[in-house]
Amino acid sequence: MMADHHSSSHEHKQGFWRTYWFSTDHKVIGIQYGITALLFLLFGFGLMLLMRWQLATPGVEIPLLGALTPEMYNQFGAMHGTIMVFLGIVPLAVGAFGNYVVPLQIGAPDMAFPRLNMASYHFFFWGGVVMLASFFVPEGAAKAGWTSYPPLADIETMGQTMWLWGMVLLITSSLLGAVNFITTIIQLRAEGMTFYRMPFFVWAQFITAFLLLLAFPPLEAAGFLQLADRLLDTSFFLPSGLVTTDGPLEVAGGGSPLLWQHLFWFLAHPEVYVLILPAMGIVAEVIANNTRKPLWGYRLMVNSLIFLGFMSFIVWAHHMFITGMGTAISAFFQITTMIISIPSVVILSALFLTLRGGSIRFTVPMLFALGFLPMFGIGGLTGLPLGFAATDIPLHDTYYVIGHFHYVVAPGTILAMFAGIYYWFPKITGRSLNNTLGHIHFWGSIVSMNLIFFPMLIQGMAGVSRRLFDGGITYSFSEGVMHYNTLMSVAAFALLLFQIPFLVNFFMSLKRGKKTTSDNHWAATTLEWSATPTPPVAHGNFETVPTVYRGPYEYSVPGHPTDFLSQDAAPPAAAEAVAADELVEV
Amino acid sequence: MSLQIPYEVTPRLDTGVNNAKLGIWLFLASEIMLFGGLFAAYVFLRMGAESWPGLEIPYTGEMATRADQILNVPLATLNTMILIGSSVTMVMAWASLKMDKFSRYKLYMGLTILLALAFLVVKAFEYGDKFDHHFYPSTNNFLGVYFVLTGLHAIHVTGGIIVNAWFWGPGTKMWTQGTAHDKAHFANRIEVAGLYWHFVDLVWIFLFPTIYLI
Repeated sequence: MMADHHSSSHEHKQGFWRTYWFSTDHKVIGIQYGITALLFLLFGFGLMLLMRWQLATPGVEIPLLGALTPEMYNQFGAMHGTIMVFLGIVPLAVGAFGNYVVPLQIGAPDMAFPRLNMASYHFFFWGGVVMLASFFVPEGAAKAGWTSYPPLADIETMGQTMWLWGMVLLITSSLLGAVNFITTIIQLRAEGMTFYRMPFFVWAQFITAFLLLLAFPPLEAAGFLQLADRLLDTSFFLPSGLVTTDGPLEVAGGGSPLLWQHLFWFLAHPEVYVLILPAMGIVAEVIANNTRKPLWGYRLMVNSLIFLGFMSFIVWAHHMFITGMGTAISAFFQITTMIISIPSVVILSALFLTLRGGSIRFTVPMLFALGFLPMFGIGGLTGLPLGFAATDIPLHDTYYVIGHFHYVVAPGTILAMFAGIYYWFPKITGRSLNNTLGHIHFWGSIVSMNLIFFPMLIQGMAGVSRRLFDGGITYSFSEGVMHYNTLMSVAAFALLLFQIPFLVNFFMSLKRGKKTTSDNHWAATTLEWSATPTPPVAHGNFETVPTVYRGPYEYSVPGHPTDFLSQDAAPPAAAEAVAADELVEV
Repeated sequence: MSLQIPYEVTPRLDTGVNNAKLGIWLFLASEIMLFGGLFAAYVFLRMGAESWPGLEIPYTGEMATRADQILNVPLATLNTMILIGSSVTMVMAWASLKMDKFSRYKLYMGLTILLALAFLVVKAFEYGDKFDHHFYPSTNNFLGVYFVLTGLHAIHVTGGIIVNAWFWGPGTKMWTQGTAHDKAHFANRIEVAGLYWHFVDLVWIFLFPTIYLI
């Protein structure tokens, strides 16, 4: 029943390109995504460091680069956002972890469409190349912010057109990926792997894939319209009577800049959950494993996740309270925004409650997962004032907003990504990462991240606007908070220094890390650890297709000799009949 | 490549579909969001416009009050017939495979491709006529919407032609030289291509009244 057809052609050695570049194996593609995304993260981080240099010491020359011009600052700002979101976090969270782990966790031999999976990576890669290349076109990369608001974006220099083509490639990549993930999770679950037996991480990827599938196309539509505005001189986003420094704009007019904002945020709010849900998934896996307890309220968490997915499609206009949409529309989006905070709080609370009474192992992945909880908490709570129109109006476009969403994505999601790397590195390589270096990496990162982002909240409440080339030094109200810029910038460079132990650890452990002594390095219950060797079987993932008998987090089951009971561990003969009945029900 | 993915051809019992069929429906869901976004943009722009279509009728010079005074409804009606016809031949092509009549499959698939090409030719005449009257995407947002929406639809038609031409020509090896299993796989592919083709047809059926008639 499992396999339709067994091909008789025997395996043969494939060449370098086929094995490492044009691979159709989800594990290799996952690693490709991971490495590319980490490089982009480092690059996006580098852009931010240049901006922080400028903010702490306006006008002081940067070694090798010279003093930053306002145009360069705007390019770096726009591209930092774009790269971190679309080329860094999403490919790492979904492309890398999702690709590598999901088929293993559900007991599938590969993704449902291996060649589409390969195509998805290559669209992503070339989308990234286009984005990077845009720095070298005349007048440089996009300067209209990662949100590309028109009319500015419509009349921007050539870099903006490159940005749009890059986005079209990235959207195509995520579309192919989303179709693949959903099909894989629905179709390729192993026998006995019912939906409510799937690890929380798989659920998170499942909902994320739906968000990518349905939220990205409207942005693609908006991208086509902006491309038309730029290349065919239409005026979809250009109102009548626009005047620039070169005089009146010669276009038909009659368009609406608000239209872009609606289409953009229709994607970009679900995108926030695309950034955070896989992180929650990783944290849930790591916490259950290291507290040696089942997740508190697994079903409640999953149902919250589904609800969150639905709600994320009807909150977008809370990014647009100051556009003058009208109070009725604002009221609607305030209410939906408050409602969507409930499932996030439920999931976060469930993760906290899981800790209670557990015998916690403070492994490095666990440190990062524990770090995620309060950081995401701060990120979430600082978002509430932005969800109400009345409190949003003074805070809109200030550093408060920057502080808020960076708490969600940087100390939030990125810590969770590191948790995932430390947790699955032994699975992928068969060697574990060094503990001491991991501790240095964790403590250094979490302290410096807080020193970067907490002062932003203070500056923002004082009214300092984002996107200012000089950091707002010319405004009298910002005088009292400008000195934080030095602290933030020093912390940003400290954050760079604390990534060095990670890089050293990563490359050193590939060659010389301690070899894992058991296939199930963390004594985990889920299939990727229990049903396949470490590293996994190269072709097809499993020597024999596993059968699943129970839920994903059977830790510390009373009466069981070990403190974990794997999903695929066959029950004793007496219970086998019961299990068989359950399977029929499926 | 010896790795076999389960449910590539036969449906999974508890979901009732094979992988490709689920995949194409998901893809179509995202396409609905793509065209949905564009239709929403159309509504948004039209609501904010001072006049719609806001153009002078060619030859008479009066201001148009309805879209059909600017756009060519008879040609669009013809194109609607052509596309619906091609959807019918697409189903016949798939049914012929199911009945194991390969030469009839070739005939019907060939007809589908020819009808799709006829659609594009008619469309090209329509565009040419607009350009003759100096109606360009940049003229105003009515024409902008018209060109972008019908243009994106035409790109979808072209994509369909490429896929169908592959299944009419080189792709048929899977049927002519394949096992019974391969034949079943090939028929599934035609079904999936058909689902896409019907979707492209359906988009046009929404586009036609929205842009030309109301």
